[in-house]
Amino acid sequence: MLPKKVKKRASLLSIFLLLSVIGVFLILNEPNKNILYFNSPTDIKISQDINYNKKMRVGGMVKKNTLNIKNQEIRFIITDFKNEVEVSFKGTIPNLFAEGKGVVAEGKLQDKKFFIAERILAKHDENYMPPELKNIMKENAE
Amino acid sequence: MFNFFYNSNIFTWIEKLTNFINSIFFALLIAGLSFALVFSPPDYLQGDSVRIMYVHVPAAWISLASFSCIALLSILNFIFKIKHLPLITKSIAPIGLVFTCIAIVTGSIWGRPTWGTFWAWDARISSMLVLALFYLAFIFIHKLVSDEDRANKISSIVAAFGLINIPVIKYSVEWWSTLHQPASIKITGSSSIHSSMLMPLLLMFFVLIMYCALIFLMKYKTEIIRIKRKNLKRL
Repeated sequence: MLPKKVKKRASLLSIFLLLSVIGVFLILNEPNKNILYFNSPTDIKISQDINYNKKMRVGGMVKKNTLNIKNQEIRFIITDFKNEVEVSFKGTIPNLFAEGKGVVAEGKLQDKKFFIAERILAKHDENYMPPELKNIMKENAE
Repeated sequence: MFNFFYNSNIFTWIEKLTNFINSIFFALLIAGLSFALVFSPPDYLQGDSVRIMYVHVPAAWISLASFSCIALLSILNFIFKIKHLPLITKSIAPIGLVFTCIAIVTGSIWGRPTWGTFWAWDARISSMLVLALFYLAFIFIHKLVSDEDRANKISSIVAAFGLINIPVIKYSVEWWSTLHQPASIKITGSSSIHSSMLMPLLLMFFVLIMYCALIFLMKYKTEIIRIKRKNLKRL
């Protein structure tokens, strides 16, 4: 049997922890979703109150065969394979930016389908492999 | 079993372990670094900047693991008041802080060429920063509060509270959309990292764990000596 003091301390600490877990959960689950680093095109489509003057981020995949570079303006389509947003951007892009890869665009939404970006970030996926293996995989696919 | 803690046997054990780790550490370090920096292949997409991962990922693992250790031992100490546990948690804390900082800095250096930015306020990176702050709070409570029992009590509560942050860090990349990529190495299921890169990564992890053990043993010894000088009857 444990001493009374030990029991008291144990129950005190577990109440404290339980309350703080609930508190943290409520903070992280706040409805504004500020914790999300970017919105997907689907999020934009279903959201009711979009502030077109506020900076925001849109993320997803660069749709294949949509990358178009003309007079320093880069245009491409961000897709989450359900909905799409067209992005226009002037400036430098990171090395890993490519068609079929993840991307996060920072800027302002013009309407629900068109986005003017001020900054482009490339999102890296969790796949790591040597270049030879990638070539073999490509050959197999073809 | 408690004899192990209560007599000076512990010094001979620390001495033996330190000597053993010292004898293998540099050979392991050279092997680990040469595999990570020279022999492992570059990534198909990132090229050579993938080599930062061999320090970044083990550092992040260690920072999470050592905080979990501190928090669990602190909870035990808070409930059962075992005199040795604060010495152990106090010895782990600086190691954890250093490795958290290493993980943040190397990640930021990797992020510049890969993502295009040094810093992003996404859930993973922010929660790692919070972890660093918890480490700082833990260390500074011990420095600032002069009454040792009080310092142990307050720091235990802080550590227990900080424990909530650990699953948030781990699962932040799955629960929310983040710039940081999800984990490549999964406990269940297949990993999305090629074995020619996984092996150097695990080797580097082992090397850094050895390094942590070395620093921990030194710090632990100092803490024991300090407390013995203060009051012999406490131990």
